[in-house]
Amino acid sequence: MEFIETLLNGLSIGSTYAIIALGYTMVYGIAKMLNFAHGDVIMVGGYMIFLSLTSVGNPILGLLAAVLFCVLLGISIEKVAYKPLRGASPLAVLITAIGVSYLLQSTAQIIFGSAPKMVVVADFGNLTVGELTIPYYMLITLGCSVVIMLALSLFVKYTRTGRAMIAVSEDKGAAQLMGINVNAIITITFAIGSGLAAFAGFFMLMKSPSLSNTLGAMPGIKAFTAAVIGGIGSIPGAMVGGILMGVVEAISLTIPAIAPYTDAIEFLVLIVILLFRPSGILGKVRREKV
Amino acid sequence: MSKIVLKTENLGISFGGLKAVQNLDLEIREGQLYGLVGPNGAGKTTVFNMITGVYKPTTGKFYLDSENLTGKNQEVINHKGIARTFQNIRLFNNMTVIRNVLVGLHNQPEFKCSMVASIFRLPKFFKTEKAMRERAKEILRIVGLEEERNNLSCNLPYGKQRKLEIARALATNPKLLCLDEPAAGMNPNETADLMNIVRRIRDEYNVTILLIEHDMKFVSGLCDEITVLNFGTVLAQGSPEVALNDPEVIKAYIGG
Amino acid sequence: MAKAFSEIKWKYYLNYVAVAIVTVVFGGLSIAGALPSSTIYLLEKIAISITLAVSLSMVVGFLGELSLGHAGFMCVGAYLGGKVSAVLEPMLARTPAGKEIALIVSLIVGGLVAAVFGIIIGLPALRLKGDYLAIVTLAFGEIVRSIFMNTSADSFGGALGLETPRFDKKYLFIIAFVLVFVCLAVTQNLIRSKHGRAITAIRDNEIAAKATGINVTKYKLAVFTISSLFAGIAGVLYSYSNYTVQSSKFSYNYSIEILVMVVLGGMGSINGSIIAAALITFLDIKLQTVLTGDLAVLQDLVYAAVLIVIVIYNNAPGLKTFREKYNLKNFIAKFKKTKHDPARVHDDEAKWDRVPTKIKMDELLSMDIQPSSAYTPDKASKEDK
Repeated sequence: MEFIETLLNGLSIGSTYAIIALGYTMVYGIAKMLNFAHGDVIMVGGYMIFLSLTSVGNPILGLLAAVLFCVLLGISIEKVAYKPLRGASPLAVLITAIGVSYLLQSTAQIIFGSAPKMVVVADFGNLTVGELTIPYYMLITLGCSVVIMLALSLFVKYTRTGRAMIAVSEDKGAAQLMGINVNAIITITFAIGSGLAAFAGFFMLMKSPSLSNTLGAMPGIKAFTAAVIGGIGSIPGAMVGGILMGVVEAISLTIPAIAPYTDAIEFLVLIVILLFRPSGILGKVRREKV
Repeated sequence: MSKIVLKTENLGISFGGLKAVQNLDLEIREGQLYGLVGPNGAGKTTVFNMITGVYKPTTGKFYLDSENLTGKNQEVINHKGIARTFQNIRLFNNMTVIRNVLVGLHNQPEFKCSMVASIFRLPKFFKTEKAMRERAKEILRIVGLEEERNNLSCNLPYGKQRKLEIARALATNPKLLCLDEPAAGMNPNETADLMNIVRRIRDEYNVTILLIEHDMKFVSGLCDEITVLNFGTVLAQGSPEVALNDPEVIKAYIGG
Repeated sequence: MAKAFSEIKWKYYLNYVAVAIVTVVFGGLSIAGALPSSTIYLLEKIAISITLAVSLSMVVGFLGELSLGHAGFMCVGAYLGGKVSAVLEPMLARTPAGKEIALIVSLIVGGLVAAVFGIIIGLPALRLKGDYLAIVTLAFGEIVRSIFMNTSADSFGGALGLETPRFDKKYLFIIAFVLVFVCLAVTQNLIRSKHGRAITAIRDNEIAAKATGINVTKYKLAVFTISSLFAGIAGVLYSYSNYTVQSSKFSYNYSIEILVMVVLGGMGSINGSIIAAALITFLDIKLQTVLTGDLAVLQDLVYAAVLIVIVIYNNAPGLKTFREKYNLKNFIAKFKKTKHDPARVHDDEAKWDRVPTKIKMDELLSMDIQPSSAYTPDKASKEDK
């Protein structure tokens, strides 16, 4: 029984990671850049939920406001900070992303102060089935994530925009020659990724109500790790990696001897997997043409 | 007849189901200028990639001076004496011309100088550096790039970049020098110049040369013997006049 | 030519001279007791930052691999070195120069253990590339930190941190600057040798480097080892400078800070790394004293904004013409009344310092095919004379 609870917990943590990892992996696939500021978009989403809750009081409205704001934020970050660097060395883009990350964190601290805010989204209670006690928030997280992942997969596979995204990630130049507006596709990708980050922020606040300006930092890094484990650039890979990461975390947290080392164990999983599969579980091996 | 430098036996490779090269038997003799020709996608560069260790052959073996080098990695094969240039030029773009050649001289036994000697700037370091520069200039003179030695290699015009690649490969003191489309993108003047350079390298450095080229005038004017490939298999072998007039070869090029 | 050559030699040793002057001048003042403790603290931190930045620039700027785990190596050095000195000092309390021996031994142990970790992390570096390697190094740093954080209180201090012995502050920064000098000499001499050429060749084109017979495995491992050796030494100095070592210091954020120094200094430029490290550390510490409490966050804000602006200015392809018109070199040239000419031909030796890191696409595309003079044997032999 306890194991099933742990597993469900792992799945809910994992699906949150997967939602964040999707943002990383899509941006990486399309723009070939590591968006270090992605984790901080989660944090901004968290503060938007906090603001809406204190002013309106409705969590659903809060989520919608957060998604809208994060989408706009993601698009403007891309336009201002990353677009001028298109074609520059990947390292320059990475450093800019780090700069954006610092900028978001310190701006949030200036506006909201450094003391953590308590954000109680709603008291959902628990579901009891026989001996099983499952908090409802876990089920909500899991359910929403499954819907989001399904919708995203269908979007990428069956819509014109989705297919254009695949084309751009395969070969930007060729896609442009085929008449695809690469700039628009990159903007859409950032919009989707940032919107997903707002959802992740909502899930995280449901789980634990403490909100500070570093809310997204560690989950961001872990989700990026998850995306790499799954094979960066691959959408199913991000889902698999995220879920794996969450389950490992949940199991490790229940074993007292290794619980303090949970972060280390998650990163160790990454190293071990990359040693055997250098491009992740579902990543494509790209051979340089000689 | 002089001894065989490179010998391949039944050499082949497949990628998934595609047999890129199969049953390739070559015998290249010392001092020869050997050509590898064929239409696009015939597997010529794949042959180069196999004998320089970029790809591991799936069937067959190849020997350099009767030593089996099949499956060895790129560095080892280069140390044993096969050097190459690349079809899509791969220079060290952020280095000057002379440094590109100096990297080529890196493994020459006479320029040995350990990391410790370099860090502590022992006298050996200065002696080696000076000797390496002298040798590098000498090699650059052969390909006519001595004057450009302090320019960044990425600023060289295309034809000179190709020559620099040859110089860098030559610097590793190979027994067999593999040139992948050395005349590609050159005008007739440059091509004629290159033919002279290739001949001069063969004569002065006593290396055997294997080259891939589409320019048939270049091939027939330079090579002693050629092999024609199509779809990974050998169509014809022999002297350029004979092989290029083979009906199979004409069919492969013109179609029909 | 001869004049140019002497000019180059001078430039070649300029950074050694600068470090030596700083060491001697401030060292002298310190021994005479004329330096306030705040300046001494600043100098210690600057020396540590420079060592970290120069050692990381070897991996990032010259080998061309992205490492986000440099703080992890520093962490290993800080804990191991700190522990060794904490154990040794009471034992050597009665021996003359016991403190000095403890310091030297801990520097050696901290550096060497970090170097071993460098080999361990260098091994996956052989299989992984680019962003994959970056995330693995980041993971490594976090693993190391997490392990030290969870040690028991009597081994490495656990969450409370490890207490380390003190060393006379008057002299500690002098030792730190001597180590900066050593680090600079080792890095620079290695890079300006045939081995350095091999390392930059791997960065420029790994496939071509292999085909040219460069032992890529050997050089990647060597660079990771030497780089982490100095990071470990910087860690030991840090433990002495701070009296306690806390694992929270060595998070990936610190690795990123070091990386930022290297990138802002200009990739592949050792002098740039030194200047950026010194400047950033200086501003960091000075601003900390000015901006206290809630104002402290302003510093982060400005830092982030400046970082973004500088990187975009330096790298944006669209700003190329702007950059060529308004840059530091032209600005200096205005004062010297000579115009900076980027196409100026340098001598062989001068090029050591100037290793630009990327080719611009438009330069590549504008390369046209030019006819060269036809080769004739007699013409060449005439030139040989």
